[in-house]
Amino acid sequence: MELLENLALGLTTALSPENLFWCFVGVFLGTLVGVLPGIGPTATIAMLLPITFTFEPVTALIMLAGIYYGAQYGGSTTAILINLPGETSSAVTAIDGHEMARAGRAGTALAAAALGSFFAGTVGTLVLVLFAPALASIALGFGSAEFFSLVVLGLIASTALARGSTVKALAMILLGLLFGTVGQDLYTATPRFTFGNRELYSGINFVSVAVGMFGIAEILRNLEVERGRDVLVRTVSNLLPSRADLRQIAGPVLRGTVLGSALGVLPGAGHVLASFASYSVEKRVSKEPKRFGHGAIEGVAGPEAANNAAAQTSFIPLLTLGLPAHPVMALMVGAFIIQGITPGPNVIVDEPELFWGLVVSMWIGNLLLVLLNLPLIGVWVRLLKVPYRVLFPAIVAFACIGTYSINQNPFDVYAIAFFGLLGYVLVKLGAEPAPFLLGFVLGPLLENHMRRALIISHGDPTTFLTRPISLALLIVAAVALALALLPAIRRKRDVVFQEEPA
Amino acid sequence: MARSPKDVLAGVLFVVFGLGFGFGATAYEIGDPVRMGPGFFPLVVGVLLATLGVIIAATRSAEADLEAISAPPWRAAILILGALLVFGLTVRGLGLVPSTFVTALLASLASRETRLPMAVLLAAGLTVVSIAIFVVALSLRLPLVGPWIPI
Repeated sequence: MELLENLALGLTTALSPENLFWCFVGVFLGTLVGVLPGIGPTATIAMLLPITFTFEPVTALIMLAGIYYGAQYGGSTTAILINLPGETSSAVTAIDGHEMARAGRAGTALAAAALGSFFAGTVGTLVLVLFAPALASIALGFGSAEFFSLVVLGLIASTALARGSTVKALAMILLGLLFGTVGQDLYTATPRFTFGNRELYSGINFVSVAVGMFGIAEILRNLEVERGRDVLVRTVSNLLPSRADLRQIAGPVLRGTVLGSALGVLPGAGHVLASFASYSVEKRVSKEPKRFGHGAIEGVAGPEAANNAAAQTSFIPLLTLGLPAHPVMALMVGAFIIQGITPGPNVIVDEPELFWGLVVSMWIGNLLLVLLNLPLIGVWVRLLKVPYRVLFPAIVAFACIGTYSINQNPFDVYAIAFFGLLGYVLVKLGAEPAPFLLGFVLGPLLENHMRRALIISHGDPTTFLTRPISLALLIVAAVALALALLPAIRRKRDVVFQEEPA
Repeated sequence: MARSPKDVLAGVLFVVFGLGFGFGATAYEIGDPVRMGPGFFPLVVGVLLATLGVIIAATRSAEADLEAISAPPWRAAILILGALLVFGLTVRGLGLVPSTFVTALLASLASRETRLPMAVLLAAGLTVVSIAIFVVALSLRLPLVGPWIPI
């Protein structure tokens, strides 16, 4: 049993005291930023990237992954207690979860969310274990033409599911690609768009871009309207769900897990889509759909399971193809590259310890989250009282020190200001930063594979269309693009995103 | 059916960036498809971006996305971007502790609810926390006080 051997390897890696400790730190920090509205996992991971330099690669990735799925947990706590989703994907949880809290059932809602998430996380990890190796072995046969088409598909797909205008999302990808070209050209070493700055020869620092676009731009947006927030619940009791509650959530959790596992693999906002889809499914299959919006426990358990399953399976495209399905995954690509590992199908073969250790650690992390969060709920409630005017200067200060410490180069700090401003302006004009970041990260890969494929084919551009796998990938990309641009489907998608309680 | 001001501005911005990178790319060798020069990829992508920008600016939006753009928080924007620039300018000369303090102070003042005494307190607290996290806990080797401050 090769699978069991691999899992055993993963277990020994993930359970080493050092990895276990940093996994704990990761999920703890993740829950923390998930609970606090205004800081997301993207900005947090970007700020912590520099710290992980000194770690072993597997340890670094275990901690960063922990922040990501920990934030999914934490986000739902805020959604339930103060009706303010800490994360986009927990926006649905707020609908019924907060109603439950107002009816004095906050404890039950939190427990339903935690147990649903744990179950879904376990299944999601299992899906990852079963499907990733097969997908990776297919991808190992890919040449440059296939990789080019794959990156095109990944970029296009990320716009198909992103909110807002598809054309603007496409433009953001192109803009990201352009900023990705800054620095020395790979083939001729010609410095491009550096304006004579030596600092720019190795390209714009990825951490600066991410912290600026996701951290600083977000702060500026939040400061447009300053308002306090009310913590509804001071003490949470009755954490243990009754047997009747458990019976009620079993179905929604199962359905949510299946939906989430499938949708999480899709690039773009798979986990957001998953929780919305799960909510509408539960509403449809329910015998009393009227209860939804008024504290239906199914409306908490289903979407929570869905977004957590999706959080696990969104690692599949990253670990097997090297394609990030989400801005956080784009940061994980950065983390791999910093450690000198190119994410992709090779990881599972060349670094089995890293691959299986990371996968198993996700299950352990999910377990830690359940053990941590239910007893610690009082601490999180108290944290919610930290006012935003204390929080955002801390983000600014940490961003400066964290980014500066990478290269000890003030230029990287100026870059944060530049991308913070650019990100803020673009968001104001209705263009989301996520496709930009994907374009920025994948740009060099895209250019490199395009040039290499054309050198191999002696300049014949039909090479992308005559190789069957490459052709298939491009056809899927074209279909995805057509679907996103078709008005009828767009309208339907908007409905999914805007479904509010009646 | 009218043009949304957001779309027009976004389109213009994309055109400016597209043309900027596109023209910039012509300064480098373009090459041909077999031996692509460093200018090839940015030129193609720049032209594509400018084209999309024109489409975005020219498309009339049927939906109700016509609301005016809300005013940006000028004071907050200047203070926060200023805080970042000040950190970059001073961290080598003043060292980590004074730079972090000044940066945190400027950033704190970006909130309308924070008055100066409160901001000083907050900045001092954040400096202590930052040093504790980055220097003590993560043993980052950065000079705490720089050469601009004679001791």
